[in-house]
Amino acid sequence: MKVLVAVKRVIDYNVKIRVKPDHSDVDLTNVKMAMNPFCEIAVEEAVRLKERGVATEVVAVTVGPKAAQEQLRTALALGADRAIHVETDERVESLGAAKALAKLVAEEQPGLVILGKQAIDTDNNQTGQMLAALTGLPQGTFASEVKVEGEKLQVTREVDGGLQTVELSLPAIVTTDLRLNEPRYAKLPDIMKAKKKPLDVKTPADLGVEVASKVKLLKVEPPAERQGGVKVGSVDELIDKLKNEAKVL
Amino acid sequence: MSILVLAEHHDGALAGATAHVVAAAKQIVIESGGDIDVLVAGEGVAAIAEAAARLDGVSRVRVADHAAYAHLLAEPTAALLAELAGDYTHLLAAASTTGKNVLPRVAALKDVAQISEIIAVESPDTFKRPIYAGNAIATVQSEDALKVITVRTTGFDAVAEGGSAAVEAVGLSFTKGADNAQSTFLKEELAKSDRPELGAARVVISGGRGMGNGENFKLLDGIADKLGAAIGASRAAVDAGFVPNDMQVGQTGKIVAPELYIAVGISGAIQHLAGMKDSKVIVAINKDEEAPIFQVADYGLVADLFQALPELESKL
Repeated sequence: MKVLVAVKRVIDYNVKIRVKPDHSDVDLTNVKMAMNPFCEIAVEEAVRLKERGVATEVVAVTVGPKAAQEQLRTALALGADRAIHVETDERVESLGAAKALAKLVAEEQPGLVILGKQAIDTDNNQTGQMLAALTGLPQGTFASEVKVEGEKLQVTREVDGGLQTVELSLPAIVTTDLRLNEPRYAKLPDIMKAKKKPLDVKTPADLGVEVASKVKLLKVEPPAERQGGVKVGSVDELIDKLKNEAKVL
Repeated sequence: MSILVLAEHHDGALAGATAHVVAAAKQIVIESGGDIDVLVAGEGVAAIAEAAARLDGVSRVRVADHAAYAHLLAEPTAALLAELAGDYTHLLAAASTTGKNVLPRVAALKDVAQISEIIAVESPDTFKRPIYAGNAIATVQSEDALKVITVRTTGFDAVAEGGSAAVEAVGLSFTKGADNAQSTFLKEELAKSDRPELGAARVVISGGRGMGNGENFKLLDGIADKLGAAIGASRAAVDAGFVPNDMQVGQTGKIVAPELYIAVGISGAIQHLAGMKDSKVIVAINKDEEAPIFQVADYGLVADLFQALPELESKL
């Protein structure tokens, strides 16, 4: 079966972000960007399914600005066969992205779609679930284990109290949790080969969807700073401070 | 305004998270007025519905008692919520794994955006929510007629008990939920713990990579017992296999905001801080005095945890 993997270009997870002085947004100029960590896990899982002979083709897709093609090339270097870029400069949030992805699902007819559980910029955790709703497919969110059993998919999900296993009919939508796998690194020869793999560019208009967000971003502020703390010299001093100063014991 | 809150429940009991979500709902209706209904969906949920009816501020509890909702799987539960949504201006759920699983699906079925993990209500259409692992707070305004929202429970104090809402069954044919052939619950492996729930505990003590191994997490037990604390962990400790993943505090784990958070052998990566930096008092015990955790800790003790922990336990 064909596997579709959605990836997102986000700020590198190690970067300490800065809010713009006018509080309009986070400042992304000259900041290192990368593939969202959960999307790396999604690509890895798709590639492993191909290596096990379960998947026949892996198609990486993204919705976003032209620069997001770097992340598609990364996915190709990691083992995806081809890529589709839905190019837009609009501020796209989950519903818009899910609508574009739903059109690609209708065109490509994959047996499985894998996304990350959340992007580390907006922290929304919505797109996979929304895509499942729009395509009418079942969803296996926060997956830590995925097993294809014939026409069914067994997904072990990380839930608040522990683990939950569900069985889904295929095709299905899966979103990855951190513990699904350990993503590989792209090797130099694969990075070179990835440059020759096909990458289609479409626009939201080609797909007949509106991707601009309907939620207005009014303001972005830095979080309240914590007061600078003190270092204590001993366990006794710590207990004393917690009892008499902080009054939490 | 009329608001529907999806009740969260586990093991036949109403989860504490629901009282926090009702608190957020009360802030939405505070000026304009309006009703707050709670939906209890599940199988054999009469006692849960009664508990929900006692929450202050709740007007009505709607009950969908059916095998199809037994584990609140996303497909039937979202179909049910989408069907009920016509009566409401807001749909709210806790930003738990249940709420996060179900609500975006409802939002897309209704062709509206979803607003995730709000921490404050500015007005009935404007909310604050953390982005970039809590390193920025966004104020967002929804233009949709139906607002679908998940609530970060640590952002709102739980409402008290004392209400007496009417309880009534949802008058549905259950056709949408009951014919769910797409997904089936197979099994659940829940971690057994006698300690307070991590998200609701007054005190949390967490261990990181510095604990060395899973066996050493026992060093936290005695202190947790004495303080009535829940035990958490950093991602490093979970990834190293020291403890199960449901103990993880951070951007991708649980978000906690207890009165006292004690971080032991945790360096304080951005992703961990995202899960605990709204705690009232933070204590860090770490032998590396340069560890970033000391920048957010109210009280820092530079010490070897293998000496500090037994001493702390004996002196508490």
